[in-house]
Amino acid sequence: MTVGIFITLLAAAVQSGTPILYATLGEILTEKVGVLNLGVEGMMMVGALTGFLVSKFTGNPVLGFIAGGFSGAMLAWIHGLVCMGLQGNQIVSGLALTILGTGLANYIGTPFAGQTAPGFNPLSIPLLKGIPFFGPVLFQHDLLVYISFLIPPLMWLFFRYTRPGLELRSVGEYPEAAFSAGIRALRFRWAGVLMGGFLAGLGGAYLSLAYTHLWSSGLSAGRGWIAVALVIFAFWKPERAFLGAYFFGGVMAFQLRLQAIGTNIPSSLLLMLPYALTVAVLVFASARARGSDVPAALGVNMEPRD
Amino acid sequence: MKKIVMLFAIAAVIGFSTFSWAGKDLKVGFVYVSPIGDAGWSYAHNQGRLAVEGMDGVTTSFAESVSEGPDSERVIMNMARRGYDIIFATSFGYMDPMLKVAGKFPKTVFMHCSGYKQAKNMGNYFGRMYQARYLSGMVAGAMSKTNKIGYVAAFPIPEVIRGINAFTLGAQAVNPKVEVRVVWTKTWYDPATEKEAAKSLLDVGADVIAQHQDSPGPQEAAQERGVYSVGYNSDMSGFAPKAHLTAPIWNWGPYYVDVVKQVRQGTWKSEAAWPGLADGIVNLAPFGPMVPKKLQERVLAKKAEIAQGKAKVFEGPIKDQQGKERIAAGNVATDKELLGMTWFVDGVIGTTQ
Repeated sequence: MTVGIFITLLAAAVQSGTPILYATLGEILTEKVGVLNLGVEGMMMVGALTGFLVSKFTGNPVLGFIAGGFSGAMLAWIHGLVCMGLQGNQIVSGLALTILGTGLANYIGTPFAGQTAPGFNPLSIPLLKGIPFFGPVLFQHDLLVYISFLIPPLMWLFFRYTRPGLELRSVGEYPEAAFSAGIRALRFRWAGVLMGGFLAGLGGAYLSLAYTHLWSSGLSAGRGWIAVALVIFAFWKPERAFLGAYFFGGVMAFQLRLQAIGTNIPSSLLLMLPYALTVAVLVFASARARGSDVPAALGVNMEPRD
Repeated sequence: MKKIVMLFAIAAVIGFSTFSWAGKDLKVGFVYVSPIGDAGWSYAHNQGRLAVEGMDGVTTSFAESVSEGPDSERVIMNMARRGYDIIFATSFGYMDPMLKVAGKFPKTVFMHCSGYKQAKNMGNYFGRMYQARYLSGMVAGAMSKTNKIGYVAAFPIPEVIRGINAFTLGAQAVNPKVEVRVVWTKTWYDPATEKEAAKSLLDVGADVIAQHQDSPGPQEAAQERGVYSVGYNSDMSGFAPKAHLTAPIWNWGPYYVDVVKQVRQGTWKSEAAWPGLADGIVNLAPFGPMVPKKLQERVLAKKAEIAQGKAKVFEGPIKDQQGKERIAAGNVATDKELLGMTWFVDGVIGTTQ
């Protein structure tokens, strides 16, 4: 019984961590090229709405998911225009993007609130699902969870073992030097910002297409901000993003299960748990920040030459 | 010249406003806390508005997703200024803002749902939802095989606690071994969290999921796991056709129409109205096909008894979780006790904190 509950808890952690994982990976990519985008929450909301609407009107959730990504990238494009085209302040632009994105999504989405659209359902992977413990935890989810498994290793390989990956990182460290070395720095910055927006949009679309099959205003409920915090926790390393996202998702699922099991801990205290622990872990992670891959030129604009 | 034009303009405005006062077209405004959507609290109120809209000589309008507090004061004030005759505000947090506005517009009738403050031109109203919850509890209790029912609940306030207690008493009436497990989400409308809360209850063995939430998230969770569910607010069977047993639902239409009629005839008086099953303001959604005929009949018989006043939901002896007797044998909880209920009955697993 207790082992069973533990397994379902971990499975729930993976599922509720997945939208955060997508968004965290997107923000890592964006910050790796030296651009800080605090508009993750806005991009997730727009991604959630677009994914929902496209799936509703085409009947094809895969199309909806991809469209959610593109809508996130569209919003990130605005951020790129402000920060790279006009040399605007990245923090202000990012905050504005959050307000714009959530406002836009809530406004356009109002007539559809509470409606359902075709989405993704759990799809067990044959053979793998039978593995004791790991099967139920990792391989009885929907397709989008499996896709999210693949992105961190791919990103890790890209950063570490490919030439474009190295060039991309150099742009985040010292864009002028990278430019002098013949790297088209601005292009890399654009690519990082747009791809980051795309991934944040996918995270949003996960909420409206797989986590639930509904649209409602405020669907992302602060998950975008958690993703921004998790980038620091992950030391800007995609492989550590797994840890952060599932940890947060797990704590969220854990507090609900503590209530369900019937502990008499006041629910207000339990509901604080995910946020309190996020702060605690951030403090802990930052205090011993050795091994952090923070890009040196993070948040610093570069002259538009290309 | 300018002054004359201004005077004419003012006269015209006054003329128009007196005309609308004397005219028969009543303007009725509604303020909702959440989007109307497909189901849920505001949806149910909006169904009531549509019934009012169908009356002759009445026009209605509404504002949805109005957050509680200062924002709602602005919205209610705007409606009052624009000459609405009756304004219904349908969330607890609108109470104080509405009271403030009511002081400034003595000729407008203000109606506040689920609160307790009144003024000469402001009445409040609510429905005895706990009666319908008791009935839905009977269905859930009879359909549960694991004797564990999960209840996804919003906030530990008397309204919700009362509902959980009534539901549990109903379930125990048909199945003495049943227990009701409560998970608080601290949200009224967050499909993702509410669905996750339902899943956590399913993971500890619940095989019926009930809810006091406005989103159908918990219904989805029950449908996906192939267990049963009890909706809330309105018939939620569309979200979970295989799971949805029934739902305690709101039916505001007849009440709203009645209030509008009273105002028009000049018989309306400020009061605290708390109608129930007898008035049809609360009801039970149609049973799902999986509910056996016999059970349906039993529940409907109980419904008739409660409606006629022959049976009471909170009739002693009723013990709380600690085994302390809260309502003595032969006693019935008073309305005051019901409105201030902060304890769980025996058989509920969870805390009211």
